[in-house]
Amino acid sequence: MTAESHQEPTDKKTERRSFLTGALAMLCGGLATVPPLGAALWAFLDPLRRSSGAATFLPLTDLTNIPADGQPRQFPVIADRIDAWTGFKAEPIGAVYVKREEGSDRVEALSATCPHAGCFVELDKAAGCFRCPCHNSSFTLDGGIVAPSPSPRSMDSLECEVNKSGAVSVKWQNFYSGTEEKVARE
Amino acid sequence: MTEPQNPDASADAPVSASTRGLGDWLDSRTGYRALIQSALYERVPGGARWRYVWGSTLVFAFMTQVITGLVLWASYSASAQTAWESVYFIQYEMTGGWLLRGIHHVMAQAMIVLLALHVMQVVIDGAYRAPREVNFWLGLVLMTLVLGMALTGYLLPWDQKGYWATRVATNLAGLVPFIGPSIQQLVVGGPDYGHHTLTRFFALHAGFLPATLVLFLVLHLSLFRKHGLHAKQPITRPDAMFWPDQVLKDAVAMLAVMAVVLGVILLPALRAILAGEPIVSGHLGAELGAPADPSEPYAAARPEWYFLFLFQFLKVFEGWGATGEFLGAIVVPGATLGVMFLMPILGQWKLGHRFNVLFTIAILAGAGLLTAMAVHEDYYALWADRSAFADVEKVLDSTGGDSEKIAAALGHDEKKIADFENRRHKLEAIRRSEAFLSAVKQAGIDADRAIELAGRPEKIPPTGALSLVRSDPLTQGPRLFAQHCASCHAHVDPSVEGAEQVFAKSSAANLFEFGGESWVRGLLDPKQVAGAAYFGNTAHSEGDMVSFVTDDFTDEDVWNRSDKEAVVFALVAEAGLLTGAENKKAIKRGQELIADTDRCGSCHPYGENETERGYAPDLNGWGSTEWLVGIITDPTHQRFYPDTNDRMPRFGVASEGGLPALTSEQIELISRWLRGSWYRPAVNKKAEPASVRH
Repeated sequence: MTAESHQEPTDKKTERRSFLTGALAMLCGGLATVPPLGAALWAFLDPLRRSSGAATFLPLTDLTNIPADGQPRQFPVIADRIDAWTGFKAEPIGAVYVKREEGSDRVEALSATCPHAGCFVELDKAAGCFRCPCHNSSFTLDGGIVAPSPSPRSMDSLECEVNKSGAVSVKWQNFYSGTEEKVARE
Repeated sequence: MTEPQNPDASADAPVSASTRGLGDWLDSRTGYRALIQSALYERVPGGARWRYVWGSTLVFAFMTQVITGLVLWASYSASAQTAWESVYFIQYEMTGGWLLRGIHHVMAQAMIVLLALHVMQVVIDGAYRAPREVNFWLGLVLMTLVLGMALTGYLLPWDQKGYWATRVATNLAGLVPFIGPSIQQLVVGGPDYGHHTLTRFFALHAGFLPATLVLFLVLHLSLFRKHGLHAKQPITRPDAMFWPDQVLKDAVAMLAVMAVVLGVILLPALRAILAGEPIVSGHLGAELGAPADPSEPYAAARPEWYFLFLFQFLKVFEGWGATGEFLGAIVVPGATLGVMFLMPILGQWKLGHRFNVLFTIAILAGAGLLTAMAVHEDYYALWADRSAFADVEKVLDSTGGDSEKIAAALGHDEKKIADFENRRHKLEAIRRSEAFLSAVKQAGIDADRAIELAGRPEKIPPTGALSLVRSDPLTQGPRLFAQHCASCHAHVDPSVEGAEQVFAKSSAANLFEFGGESWVRGLLDPKQVAGAAYFGNTAHSEGDMVSFVTDDFTDEDVWNRSDKEAVVFALVAEAGLLTGAENKKAIKRGQELIADTDRCGSCHPYGENETERGYAPDLNGWGSTEWLVGIITDPTHQRFYPDTNDRMPRFGVASEGGLPALTSEQIELISRWLRGSWYRPAVNKKAEPASVRH
């Protein structure tokens, strides 16, 4: 085009015409791609719209199953779970460590999810502490950090409730990992 | 730009200089300018024309399929328990999923139309001639690949429609001599349809075929560029450049194609708006049938419209057996494609080009005609007047279709017989069409129900949507009833027209709303109890119950009005089907009357009374699911009619080593359906039950 533009006086007119044609072509072509790209983007972003819902208390076990010896025990958290189109009935959706101090009816629960990077923290009974197998974060039986640790915060405690008949339930929540502050995922 | 007279313009200079610098740098490293130059400044001999747009629209359509297909892929799950379910989720629960799937679905069909136009333009213009033969062949390969993608994509939702159409298609592939069965087994992924059929079709649809298509497309386009555009002869106008003249026409055509696609998707929405109905976005775009079920017949099975001509073509060879199908499905289409491959060579002969053009038009016209025939056959009943054939039906009914008897009935008049046969064929065509249309209607009902069930707050069980459908009383009840119960029992609302005729033909009680208030009132109505809707056509027509209702129950000294009402309420309460406000006092009174050994309890065991079982049915839990399951399982059980059972089979009892006529699950489905107990969506959606979403 640039080579041709130095020839005749009609060139300016031709150039303007072809500029308009080009602009119109780009406009039409651009418009034609809006629906597929738009629909693709719209559907692709669908997961952002979904949340895990408000945290609820889920029945965990009976108080009699948690001896008052200060030793943490692992319990699965059972709940109905919806995974996109599938509804699962009463499925283990995670695990908690629960303990009860001697002579106490108060139950303490720690999420088994490591606050560092989300691995499953294991209970090392011999060493009397929690240990994460991924990056060796260690925690005391109360969930406190054993320094030095890659974990930015202590293990996440979960609210517990014991009703009159001794049924223990836990407020099941996931927290963002890697932060010093404990922030619940919505 | 070279004379910056305006001082303000100088502010721009460093920016444009730096961008130009960046452009120069990139160009020196990549040579992109030359690339764009060569891509856009292709000479178009004789100037831009509309007839050249089809190739570009096809590339555009393919790109649309790639974009929408990739995102569909991100949400699709290919297995027999998740394919339908994930497509349901895309269509009904994902934001914009209906639009995404709709564009993919409709654009696939648009692509077939564009292909036909492109082939037609190329053949008519003689663009296959030397030196473009190879590119024409590449184009034919591309066409086959697109058809292959259409075929494989149809199965992926794993709904009844796709499933049965694919069974047919793969069975036809099995007709290829020697290697057919192996081809079929490879495509299906084993001896039977299942997970591997889906994974293989998906791999073909989203992997092998598009990857091959891209390869051939690159070759096709580079050869197109090598030889240049084949201009329509004679050239009467000056040449132009591809950019921007032809690009504008191409872009307008692409926009038009997209507008048509969107139009097809959104037209039902427009109709709904005009009719003042609510728009359900999930119902827009691509359909989703009921989940694939190999045990459920699907008479509405048809290939997608662009393969309908092949489906119809097979009918030409009806009566030829497997040979006919081999000819119709493989030899003739293969030969047609073969002739098309030979077109560049044929075109060298004197009349070759004319032959090629005629051949292409004939193929397209033939396909069009066959498609029209298929549609005509399927929808014939919509415009044909069946009542005009009432006389033919009458003769057929009276003769049982026996040709000797028909000839006799028509007085052995040859002309009359010929005319009769002619009209009989038309009647049969109407009947076939009616069967197809009702199958389509039923398919729609089943699909809607499956979608309704999938949308329950509990969602779909891990065993898949098919298990939901199979355990749904509303879906299965009518089918099981028709199969096992309807030969004796009617199930017709007594208030509808023609109900009496149905009752007269049945040989057992009408079970419409059995156990409900109106059913019980009818039973205790002296005018109805011996009628055809109750005991009239059974061995109990003169039994003790009938005489009780007609004699004792009408004696107002023994049975006052409120006591009669109380019995009705107590029975309906026993069935658990009371709809109005519960009148506890009346129910209690009714229960006492039923248990009373001077009244109902003289025959029927109920409550605390010590009436022996065996003479009349036990009324404890009468009409409940459990009671119904019991009587269907074994009506001769001590609880029901051990001695006086009238012809009712023991559906749940098997002879030694055999299977019962109905499984306990099936019996429960019938019982629940009779009682109207099935899932209904809440009118206003309440909060979902406590559950964790991930």
